[in-house]
Amino acid sequence: MGRVPRVHTTIDGVVYQDEVEPRLLLIHYLRDRLGKVGTPIGCDTSNCGACTVHVDGLSVKSCSMLAVQADGCAITTIEGLAPDGGHPVQRAFADCHALQCGYCTPGMVMAAVDLLRENPDPSEAEIREGLEGNLCRCTGYVNIVRAVRAAAEEMGAPGARIHPAPEAAVLPGGVPGAESAAHASAPAGGGTGR
Amino acid sequence: MIPAPFDYVRPDSLAGAVAALAEAGEDAKVLAGGQSLLPLLRMRLAYPEVLVDLGGIAELRGVRDDGDFLWIGAATTHYEVLHSSLVREHCALLARATATVADPAVRHRGTIGGSLAHADPAGDLPAVALVLDARMAVSGPDGVRELAAADFFVDYLTTAMDDGEVLTGLRVPKVWAGWGFHYEKFARTAQSWAVVGVAAAVRERDGAVAEARIGLTNMGAVPVRARAAESAAAGAGLAAGPLRAAAEQADAEAAPPSDLHAQADYRRHLARVLTGRALAAAASG
Ligand SMILES: Cc1cc2nc3c(=O)[nH]c(=O)nc-3n(C[C@H](O)[C@H](O)[C@H](O)COP(=O)(O)OP(=O)(O)OC[C@H]3O[C@@H](n4cnc5c(N)ncnc54)[C@H](O)[C@@H]3O)c2cc1C
Ligand code: FES
Ligand code: FES
Repeated sequence: MGRVPRVHTTIDGVVYQDEVEPRLLLIHYLRDRLGKVGTPIGCDTSNCGACTVHVDGLSVKSCSMLAVQADGCAITTIEGLAPDGGHPVQRAFADCHALQCGYCTPGMVMAAVDLLRENPDPSEAEIREGLEGNLCRCTGYVNIVRAVRAAAEEMGAPGARIHPAPEAAVLPGGVPGAESAAHASAPAGGGTGR
Repeated sequence: MIPAPFDYVRPDSLAGAVAALAEAGEDAKVLAGGQSLLPLLRMRLAYPEVLVDLGGIAELRGVRDDGDFLWIGAATTHYEVLHSSLVREHCALLARATATVADPAVRHRGTIGGSLAHADPAGDLPAVALVLDARMAVSGPDGVRELAAADFFVDYLTTAMDDGEVLTGLRVPKVWAGWGFHYEKFARTAQSWAVVGVAAAVRERDGAVAEARIGLTNMGAVPVRARAAESAAAGAGLAAGPLRAAAEQADAEAAPPSDLHAQADYRRHLARVLTGRALAAAASG
């Protein structure tokens, strides 16, 4: 066991260069080396999704990737999604009470942002399927689905006006598109260019 | 948990990977997407001394048209397979089954080659490779060889590849124009593995099944071709009744396990029911 590889990454917009032990998981690199504790660890089996971050714009379970595998990659964590924590998905989670203990929330938000990148106007079934890798032990998911739907509408989902989701109609501030102009500059893909 | 220590190499060519594996000997392991291997390392169920990462080898990645075959590089991710128009056009069954693998984040990293090389009986793609007559291309210190899917899977988590060999990709014959496909998977919770899965391909002629192919997931240590049901389906009308009757023989060649997810007799029941559904869906799609 000799060589200590070097990794170059851009994480939440900052360039890092570090020597890491090959067995260091990306999640441990983020939390223990860089102090980015916004991303939690929820399981030992790659099932829960609490640790989800974006690697080159795609959601990845950071407990299931080695830090060395991230060499050359751009990573966005929940801490870098929006400077003020005001990404439309984050605000929708708060507005819709989509969290209780909050442990799953960072991963849930990152997965939801990725889902909306791929499908800006998802149905309830598509939201549930898109978030199937993220477990929540508190909420029962109903408000999470609402929040993602609300965020889709705020981010300008084209179908929202034609087929408003029934849940979305009762949301506070849920007038489709009403607020989208104010947040048009929020980086929908987590600022990673996708 | 934290994996046991290991050395890590990231060659940028296939030749480099084969050489690194040969040098490291039997305690080396290939790392592809890591979505099966990293959980094993974290649980310390595997403790290789060297990991040879395929992630830097461009030649192992991507889908291309190769004359009478479609070539799918082993390091192509599930996500890339799902977004490949060539896959949709020439082997839609693979796209259907891949869409049921795990969850989006796992599909962003996990690879088709890793899924096949891992040879988990509950994995969705081995049965698909069997139904599609895929050929597995393997490279090792003694050169290159190609194995039929039927010869590739030899036992629980075991393939016909030798230590030091790398699966480089699969070649799928482009003979599937006019076929309908379906992958029917029974799993108890979101993102979970199949209790039983059925890959079905149906070619129709004059309102009846001209030819059917059925592959079963998790009905034995290796994926199973349900040949008795295939023969019974040939000539059957396209209505649900005759297809269900053919599906009654779906478990004839299978030796399903009993484990904490299901008893063997329940798996047999599932195979018959799911095969009926899969044939009907394939016949209409
Ligand atoms: C939460 C979760 C749910 C999942 N659910 C499903 C599911 O429903 N259905 C399903 O089919 N799969 C499922 N998987 C597994 C997933 O499909 C993996 O992507 C796949 O099994 C392994 O692919 P990988 O590229 O990640 O391989 P790795 O984990 O990197 O490797 C797996 C094994 O294959 C070997 N290997 C990999 N590539 C090669 C190669 N080219 N040549 C030789 N050997 C190689 C490795 O040495 C290792 O032994 C799930 C995984 C997780 C974490
Ligand atoms: S910590 Fe549970 S999936 Fe990563
Ligand atoms: S809010 Fe507690 S786990 Fe989701």
